[in-house]
Amino acid sequence: MSETGPAPSGKPQVRSSNCPSCGAALSLRSFGQAVTVVCQSCHSILDAQDPTLKILQTFQVAVGEDPPLIPLGTRGTIRGTTYEVVGFQRRTIRVEGIPYSWHEYVLFNPYKGFRYLTEYNGHWNDTSILRSIPAVSPGKSSLTYLGETYKQFQSANASTSFVLGEFPWQVRVGETADVCDYISPPRVISSEQTGKEVTWSMGEYIAGRDIWKAFKLSGDAPTPIGVYENQPSPMSEAVSATWRMVFVFAVALIVLMSVFYTFSRDEAAFEDGYTFDTNTTGEASFVTDIFELKGHTSDVVLTTTAELNNSWLYVNYALINQDTGHAYDFGREVSYYHGYDSDGFWSEGSTKDSVTVPSLPPGHYYLRIEPESDPHHGSIPYSVSLRRDVPQLSFFALGALGLLIPAIVLTWRSISFEHMRWAESDYGGAPDDGSLLSTVENAVDSVKDSMSGDDE
Amino acid sequence: MTQPTANCPNCGAPITFRWSASVQTVCEYCKSILVRTDVDLKKVGQVADLPPNPSPIQIGTEGVYGHRAFVTIGRIVYEYDQGGWNEWHLMMNDGTSGWLSDAQDEYAVTFAAPGRKLPGECKIGQDYSWDNCTYTVSTITKAHYRGVEGELPFQYWDKSDVVFVDLMTSTGRFATIDYSDDEPVLYLGESVDFDNLKFKNLRSFEGWS
Repeated sequence: MSETGPAPSGKPQVRSSNCPSCGAALSLRSFGQAVTVVCQSCHSILDAQDPTLKILQTFQVAVGEDPPLIPLGTRGTIRGTTYEVVGFQRRTIRVEGIPYSWHEYVLFNPYKGFRYLTEYNGHWNDTSILRSIPAVSPGKSSLTYLGETYKQFQSANASTSFVLGEFPWQVRVGETADVCDYISPPRVISSEQTGKEVTWSMGEYIAGRDIWKAFKLSGDAPTPIGVYENQPSPMSEAVSATWRMVFVFAVALIVLMSVFYTFSRDEAAFEDGYTFDTNTTGEASFVTDIFELKGHTSDVVLTTTAELNNSWLYVNYALINQDTGHAYDFGREVSYYHGYDSDGFWSEGSTKDSVTVPSLPPGHYYLRIEPESDPHHGSIPYSVSLRRDVPQLSFFALGALGLLIPAIVLTWRSISFEHMRWAESDYGGAPDDGSLLSTVENAVDSVKDSMSGDDE
Repeated sequence: MTQPTANCPNCGAPITFRWSASVQTVCEYCKSILVRTDVDLKKVGQVADLPPNPSPIQIGTEGVYGHRAFVTIGRIVYEYDQGGWNEWHLMMNDGTSGWLSDAQDEYAVTFAAPGRKLPGECKIGQDYSWDNCTYTVSTITKAHYRGVEGELPFQYWDKSDVVFVDLMTSTGRFATIDYSDDEPVLYLGESVDFDNLKFKNLRSFEGWS
């Protein structure tokens, strides 16, 4: 029987070793979870599971090539869990011969395992491996995951072009994988296929400054360039919120308008008919009988209707308050012309004109009327009518416009943002799926097509 | 059956069974693989040195799955070209046994699901349906049996290369078909978050609190 008892399983420690290739000191921070480790000095790719750290691959790098923005060994807190940066790789795709590269940081926590940060042109994603298989639509244009639809954005063949530190898989420089991104900002689901096996991962857009804060990095995060595939639109929330507000105010406006309509008396205050004999010369002005504007101070609509036939009638009005002597002077013109030409019948103007006097106190009033027209044009019969407390649509229309303009501007800016996003996709534009953006883009395209058609 | 406590036929150390249905255990002192017979414990093999365990789980780690508490009482260690993983044998508080697979800290809890129709051979991407749920073959792993520790519900020691087929669903369910015996065995369960298992008695790691 043993005297000492079973050997306690020791507390796992960071394994310090030396690179078998260059002899440089090497730390294995993932307590044996990593499969490969890359020497930071000579960039030999080593078998992390092998006690002697067998060399698996070597690759050439330029001096000081691609230093990680977050140095290996840095710890930071992501969603409440502390992670340490243990690995770093650069992956490159080629689109029409032009290489595009992004960086992936391997994060490790001894309880929670591995997690990844990806960075492209200052845009960051917090990425984890999915434990479910998303349902990809036939034709692969979209997929569904947890009830949410993701649209295919880009597919490419990515090759590993630079590696450093530890990886939980057999990493090799030059190895390629078919990657495909599906987006539902701020999230992106990526499939990665090597051979027959497909790995699914989900990334969520995270601002560089949040990474800088989480890892307590010095300086500022690089300013992101352009719009990234799953970057949340700064407008999208505001757009829907604004339209909700527009809706609420529009309802309020309609209610207000109904109230005004219901309580507006819209009553006739005065009406009379006259004839203006253009053949007579001399003073044509006259005054009407006195009439009463009852009730409260309200608007008054004065309508001039003239039986015109290729002629005009100009009327100088003075609406005079008999009680105070206050006069409201204004002139109105009614003109109506019509005829036939090569295009057929035409007409211009109208035989009727209305004007609103915004707010008149109640009282006794009379009108002074002075008609004018071309002389020797026969008699022009016309009538003058006055209605008080008429509901005004224009006020509400102005209100509605005031609501709509900011909402439309915001929506337009949001559409421009989406346009910039999708311009980088495989489609070069929004997928034709009936969304607002695709509708707008299709409309723009058809306008462009018709314009280029004119050039030919 | 033997009593819960016996002595190792190899070194004489006390052997305690935590679970009455355990068929096999490993002596903590001399690493003899012991199998329960009707009368006593029989040594059937010897565990070679296991690779260092990188997992936070250890024998004696407790946790909760759903409404059932469990204790980790054994494990099988496998290796393959992308690393190693542990299949932890769980004793559930309702007397049944389950498995916690732990591959690079990705966790899944499964239970043996006998009586289902199993394919003789699988291809990646193929769909199978058990218990009204469609599973898709995601990985086929040719693994190497590396060793055992603690109590297991069956004899498991004379192995070399084994094949596992892992299947996933769109809802986080998980299945494994174990082809290490003549008759394949299906395990059904789900992927689980570390935090949801409410572990106690975990290992601690140098530099991590």
